[in-house]
Amino acid sequence: MTEDNATDTEAEDHGPTTFLTKYVWSQDHKVIAIQYGLTAIAIGLVALVLSWLMRMQLGFPGALEFVDQEAYYQYATMHGMIMVIYLLTAIFLGGFGNYLIPLMVGARDMVFPYLNMLSYWVYLIAVLVLVSSFFVPGGPTGAGWTLYPPQSILEGTPGYDWGIILMLTSLVIFIIAFTMGGLNYVTTILQARARGMTLMRMPLTVWGIFVATFMGLLAFPVLFVSGVMLLLDRVIGTSFFVPEIISMGEPLAYGGGSPLLFQHLFWFFGHPEVYIVALPAFGIVSDLLSIHARKNIFGYRMMVWALIGIGALSFIVWAHHMYVSGMDPAFGFFFAVTTLIIAVPTAIKVYNWVLTLWRGDIHLTIPMLFSISFVLTFVFGGLTGLFLGNVVVDVPLSDTYFVVAHFHMVMGVAPIMVVFGAIYHWYPKMTGRMLNGPMGQIHFWVTFLGTYAIYFPMHYLGFVGVPRRYYGYEDIEFIPQSVHDLNAAITVAALFVGVVQLLFLYNLVWSLKRGELAGGNPWRATSLEWQTPNTPPVHGNWGKNMPQVHRWAYDFSVPGADKDFMPQNMPRQSFEAADVHKLDPDPPTAGPPSDDPALPPREGEA
Amino acid sequence: MVLAIVLVLIVLITVLFTFYSPWWFTPLASNWGTIDDALIITFAITGFVFVAVTLFMALAIFKFRHVEGRKAAFEPENKKLEWWLIGVTTIGIAGMLAPGLIVWADYVKPPPNAGVFEAVGQQWSWSFRLPGKDGKLGRAAVRFITDDNILGVDPRDANGLDDLIIDGDDLHLLLNQPVKANLRSLDVLHDFYVPQFRAKMDLVPGMVTYFWFTPTLPGSYEILCAELCGLGHSDMRSLVVVDEPGDYQAWLSEQITFAEMIAPEDVPEDMPEEVAEEAVESEQQPEVADEVALNVGPSTALSAELSTGEGTTND
Ligand code: HEM
Ligand SMILES: [Cu+2]
Ligand SMILES: [Cu+2]
Repeated sequence: MTEDNATDTEAEDHGPTTFLTKYVWSQDHKVIAIQYGLTAIAIGLVALVLSWLMRMQLGFPGALEFVDQEAYYQYATMHGMIMVIYLLTAIFLGGFGNYLIPLMVGARDMVFPYLNMLSYWVYLIAVLVLVSSFFVPGGPTGAGWTLYPPQSILEGTPGYDWGIILMLTSLVIFIIAFTMGGLNYVTTILQARARGMTLMRMPLTVWGIFVATFMGLLAFPVLFVSGVMLLLDRVIGTSFFVPEIISMGEPLAYGGGSPLLFQHLFWFFGHPEVYIVALPAFGIVSDLLSIHARKNIFGYRMMVWALIGIGALSFIVWAHHMYVSGMDPAFGFFFAVTTLIIAVPTAIKVYNWVLTLWRGDIHLTIPMLFSISFVLTFVFGGLTGLFLGNVVVDVPLSDTYFVVAHFHMVMGVAPIMVVFGAIYHWYPKMTGRMLNGPMGQIHFWVTFLGTYAIYFPMHYLGFVGVPRRYYGYEDIEFIPQSVHDLNAAITVAALFVGVVQLLFLYNLVWSLKRGELAGGNPWRATSLEWQTPNTPPVHGNWGKNMPQVHRWAYDFSVPGADKDFMPQNMPRQSFEAADVHKLDPDPPTAGPPSDDPALPPREGEA
Repeated sequence: MVLAIVLVLIVLITVLFTFYSPWWFTPLASNWGTIDDALIITFAITGFVFVAVTLFMALAIFKFRHVEGRKAAFEPENKKLEWWLIGVTTIGIAGMLAPGLIVWADYVKPPPNAGVFEAVGQQWSWSFRLPGKDGKLGRAAVRFITDDNILGVDPRDANGLDDLIIDGDDLHLLLNQPVKANLRSLDVLHDFYVPQFRAKMDLVPGMVTYFWFTPTLPGSYEILCAELCGLGHSDMRSLVVVDEPGDYQAWLSEQITFAEMIAPEDVPEDMPEEVAEEAVESEQQPEVADEVALNVGPSTALSAELSTGEGTTND
């Protein structure tokens, strides 16, 4: 592929010319990325509004008349599913993955551009099917985002007639879209890297997206089959997951199925899914911290291995979501051990982030502010995860607000912080203009302090024992008035945080025309996407000359260099030669530092 | 700079909040103080890490924030430091995992002298069943459910005839007597949850799940459902009352057996109520006091007595 790219005829032309082929049926990874991103943000807004409605009910019970029990459970379900799948998974992989992979590895585009386009449109269909469930009789499903049967397909749960069918159908469609995109990302990273871009020279952003996509390709099929099986149970009356039961006093025709089987399948997907969202965030935040601290990421190789280690381990911890599910409790020993082992590579990542800051030259830009707040939030959420992973400690806390607070910190707020940081960071590349600073400051401070105010005290509701997924708490004796007051305060904080997101959206639009001009490399960054001849990059990304990579992405503040950064495509300098092993964790295997443009492509790259 | 100060403030607030906020565990009413202890150990270790990492970050931001002329250090790796950190982390992890696993080993194994009761969930109410004087619960399955036999006890199983059925009323337990809770659902997933006992477990249709505890504080506690089970999830409540022996036996003697429930035609209709009750009692459980003793005392055949027919059991 490398050679193909170098002689690519597309480099000469300017790509599609009509509006329709350029912006709608586009095969350009950058356009597709933005389509993915905007769709994800749009559906994410729906989820955000749903969270306000739920919070209103929790903070001020009965204040909104239309939020009854049925609506509450429907909102919770749609909110959770949208946030996890249709917003975060889509925006990290479909959005940032699409935009950054070809630019960061130095390719002209994804290797299968047509498939890439198809992936977006199929994703859009999945979103539309999901949204349509708001408009069918009975409304969307209220089964909880975990969709546990038998409840999810029985009367007594909102949306059991149409909502659940549409939800499962939408998930199945989403997985098809993801698979088309995912195969593309993995193949592009493996096959289309620029000359000199060895795997161990890739920015951690690419590594994070790569490992996450790989995991997605293994995990999503499991959700796919369990979704289809559950659909069959619901529609044609098979009994994969439903034993002999009664419903509303009537015996049903089911028999012999296992509800626990679904839980195992769901979490075999569901736990890796947490990391499918988290690993791209890890990767991106590593790069943001390094760039804005003007310092190399600390322990690059360890960071790569930690990503891979976390990815692999995350496939053998799923049943930590099931300690009190009624599965054989002996499993608890195994899964507690594996779960706590994962904490080691995860802790390494945290140490390396904070050590990257140490002795840096820290520029508190807005991407940096969001990155640091990510570290804080993620550390918090990761540590509370140890409570829940440590089997017996999970027993009193499971299904309480401790869990809600934990997963919002670790996979809600933390990745969202990275999404924001990444948008502030790469918006100049995407549009040629900076996002407005003062608006960004307000957005950051309200979001950071507001989300902490929402989720930090919520853990203590879990210590009290307040159960989650409850529509109302009025007449529960052990819950004192102070809990209701706290709930009201949390709701107020949530509304503030929500409103400030609108300011962010406004900033996105405002800066498009009025933002300060950015130039090609406003952050003085080293990775390839900042070295494109045009900003925003044009179709084909690189013009006539494909980039040639000479170093890793973290040559910041190198002693002896006149600038505090050396782009990846900058040839090796004379003062570096002596120290090459220290400077580059993976020096080119063939001969002297590779200034030689005739260097043959490495094995497997051609 | 502002950020560094804010991070320090966050640490301060977080620590103070932990010690001074009114939101903490409910008063413990069972033997599972060990769970609270394991939690506190986990809390202490993780709390320390949170404070350390955040303060370190604040210090880094304070010391190394950009000023004119600052240049960052160049330090790609530091193998010694990295391995050192891995080692310390592993020790910390082991320090919380070990006590956790020890308590878990206790959690999954009811003591030999434990009594037993059954909690049955259905949308959206709780019922209970206690073994009769034989100390054994009869077999049960959904297919046996009728208007009279609401919990689906197998009428052919002699062990079940003297079982006490508590429908739509509070559960009573004897103070300081370990009990194993056998859990069964007739429809969807539920979860038997009493915050003051700390312990909880899901009810899964098609199988019998269990956990055990010893009530240690007299009083009445709400039973909640902690696994989403449809529209009425948050209204699925009941009450468990922990009694001193005298009160407990008085309560027990008022409960009706399964045999009484399914065979009301045995009781002539024109008989006054008390007489009717006596008639049934003398027929099937002549010695009430004896039965009480058995109920609260050690139950010998705990593991084998129960199955839902074709479902798996967890015991
Ligand atoms: C400030 C923004 C947010 C607010 C105020 C919020 C609020 C809520 C509320 C009130 C619930 C229902 C809790 C319950 O009844 O048990 C909930 C559930 C949930 N949220 Fe969020 N949320 C926010 C952002 C997010 C994000 C970014 C994610 C992405 C991971 C997320 C994922 C979930 C999930 C998975 C559930 C569980 C749904 C279920 O119980 O089935 N939320 N959220
Ligand atoms: Cu998990
Ligand atoms: Cu429930």
